[in-house]
Amino acid sequence: MNWVKSIGISIILIALIYVINSAMSSAGFFGFGIDDYYSRLLVFIAINIILATSLNLINGFTGQFSIGHAGFMAVGAYSSAYFTVNYGKAIESSLAFGGETIASGIVLLIAILIGLIFSAIAGLLVGIPSLRLKGDYLAIVTLGFAEIIRIVILNIDSVGGATGYQVGGYANFFWVGILAVITIVIIHNIVKSDAGRALVSIREDELAAEAMGVNTTRYKVISFVIGSGFAGVAGVLFAHYNRFLSTNDFQFIKSFEIIIMIVIGGMGSMTGAILGAIIVTLLPEMLRYLPDIQIGATTFKFADLRLVIFALILILTMILRPQGILGTKEITDFFKRKGGLR
Amino acid sequence: MTLDSGQQEKMDTFIQQIINGLTIGSIYALIALGYTMVYGILRLINFAHGDIYMVGAYAGFMLATALGFAVNPSVFGFIVTLLGSMTIAAAIGMAIERFAYRPVRKYSKMTTLITAIGMSLLIEYLFVFIFSGTPRSFPQLLPNENYTLFGNATISTSQILIFVVSLLLMIFLQWIVYQTKIGKAMRAVSYNINSAKLMGINTDFVIAFTFALGSALAAAGGVLTAQYNPKIEPLMGIITGLKAFVAAVLGGIGNIPGAVLGGLLIGAAETLVVGYGSYIGVPSTYRDAVAFAILILVLLIRPAGLLGTNIQEKV
Repeated sequence: MNWVKSIGISIILIALIYVINSAMSSAGFFGFGIDDYYSRLLVFIAINIILATSLNLINGFTGQFSIGHAGFMAVGAYSSAYFTVNYGKAIESSLAFGGETIASGIVLLIAILIGLIFSAIAGLLVGIPSLRLKGDYLAIVTLGFAEIIRIVILNIDSVGGATGYQVGGYANFFWVGILAVITIVIIHNIVKSDAGRALVSIREDELAAEAMGVNTTRYKVISFVIGSGFAGVAGVLFAHYNRFLSTNDFQFIKSFEIIIMIVIGGMGSMTGAILGAIIVTLLPEMLRYLPDIQIGATTFKFADLRLVIFALILILTMILRPQGILGTKEITDFFKRKGGLR
Repeated sequence: MTLDSGQQEKMDTFIQQIINGLTIGSIYALIALGYTMVYGILRLINFAHGDIYMVGAYAGFMLATALGFAVNPSVFGFIVTLLGSMTIAAAIGMAIERFAYRPVRKYSKMTTLITAIGMSLLIEYLFVFIFSGTPRSFPQLLPNENYTLFGNATISTSQILIFVVSLLLMIFLQWIVYQTKIGKAMRAVSYNINSAKLMGINTDFVIAFTFALGSALAAAGGVLTAQYNPKIEPLMGIITGLKAFVAAVLGGIGNIPGAVLGGLLIGAAETLVVGYGSYIGVPSTYRDAVAFAILILVLLIRPAGLLGTNIQEKV
């Protein structure tokens, strides 16, 4: 009755997301309101969860070394934004009979589909040639492709070019939250499926996997395409929540940020990626509240050092706990009953 | 064969582009040497290396300002600034290796790479914190003049300086690696670190020395660039570092002449695209994409780089 449990959990989560989303509106939910700053943080956590779990499929479970995730996010963001800016209003008005919420929801769903398809195609085009390479070389090529994608977008004037791109605000926490849940469920099921076993076998030993009859190239490309597709979805949500796109948002530092999430959480752990996404989003914000310290006549503003401290924490985590917080374990593993025959 | 004035002008522009390209290329080559040496020995992409180049430029800036070379330009002042900033960068490079990379050396590749990224962020933000993000103007340490080569193509003092100093440094490096005992040890460690250890080589020292050498070269690159283009800022190392890294891979990572060749090629290709790209439908705004496009082509056709050797995976 595993699927009953999954559906049950999903319904509870969707209800929870709905309640939180209602609380984010100006009216509040039964008088409970979440202010804009925290709403924004929650949305970015959810977007980062999509990015981290999708990259985790490529890096954590398949063992491939991609450091160009932000490029695929950019493809999703810009392709879908081009669609909503040019056709969004027309579709909305033709669907107006169903109510405003539903009309804009449908526009967003189409946008998500477009972002998913375009970034998956980009993933396929990048993946087929590059996945012949291994390790560092693959890493460099993905980094290179991501930068090329960014520079190409920067030179397309119809999506704003260097001045940035104004996008309609179709997404809210409800949509972002739901898609984060969907992403987690889909990737979890992929990993637990036969295909997922093949992916993990590639991570453990590619040559051995090939000898056992796993079509390694095919599975590597599949995981790369799925991962890129979801990165695109995250891009769509980011574009339509942030309402403004600039290619500066997709520099390779963004790709590094996503890598940091899965490495801090623990590579090859679903809950680890989620935990990492939460930590990497919240930590720099929390460090904003560091106190100033007065020594003699000089004041040390520790809040200005927050990015330095963030980098230090990153290095220390790698030195003291290189496998990340959870390693390849899941949070649920810690609650399982021990005992029985070992 | 005589050229008419229009052709002559085009020829001059072309030569000028090549000179400018090779100037930038020499800087890329200097930085690429550090990437390639560290990769050759540790199989580590040292992402913080581009930031060392920035640190070198700032160290030079501080020295030149503090010692008063900024006011009266002289050859002596330039040499002191160059050597001083190279020494400082070498010390910082060794410290980074000792405190960040050595503890994670035994872990997986991903861990060491993340440590390198963390180190890069740490240096960048620390410098933003100390010097603020606003660019500073590096003082001119030698009087800058333009010399006419032939036609309208010119070369400036700072460009000559870049060619001469980087050539000297490369010869010096070649001498260290192939003529000295420590160079022999470096080659041994890069060939096989465990066997080198068994032969009694102090591998920790060799690795630290490699970092010092690479960082010093990058710092020289920083000071030289600042003579050519005096605007320095804490994030200047990111894109230059990345291109230098691409140059190292292009030449065949771990291969010293390859890094120089790669650097010069990337520099020349970049300037040529800016100058002539519009004829083949590539606008000059694609400047930063050129390096990556070349990189991808090379890796897909010849993964070991131009001068690299292929390593067969064994079961």
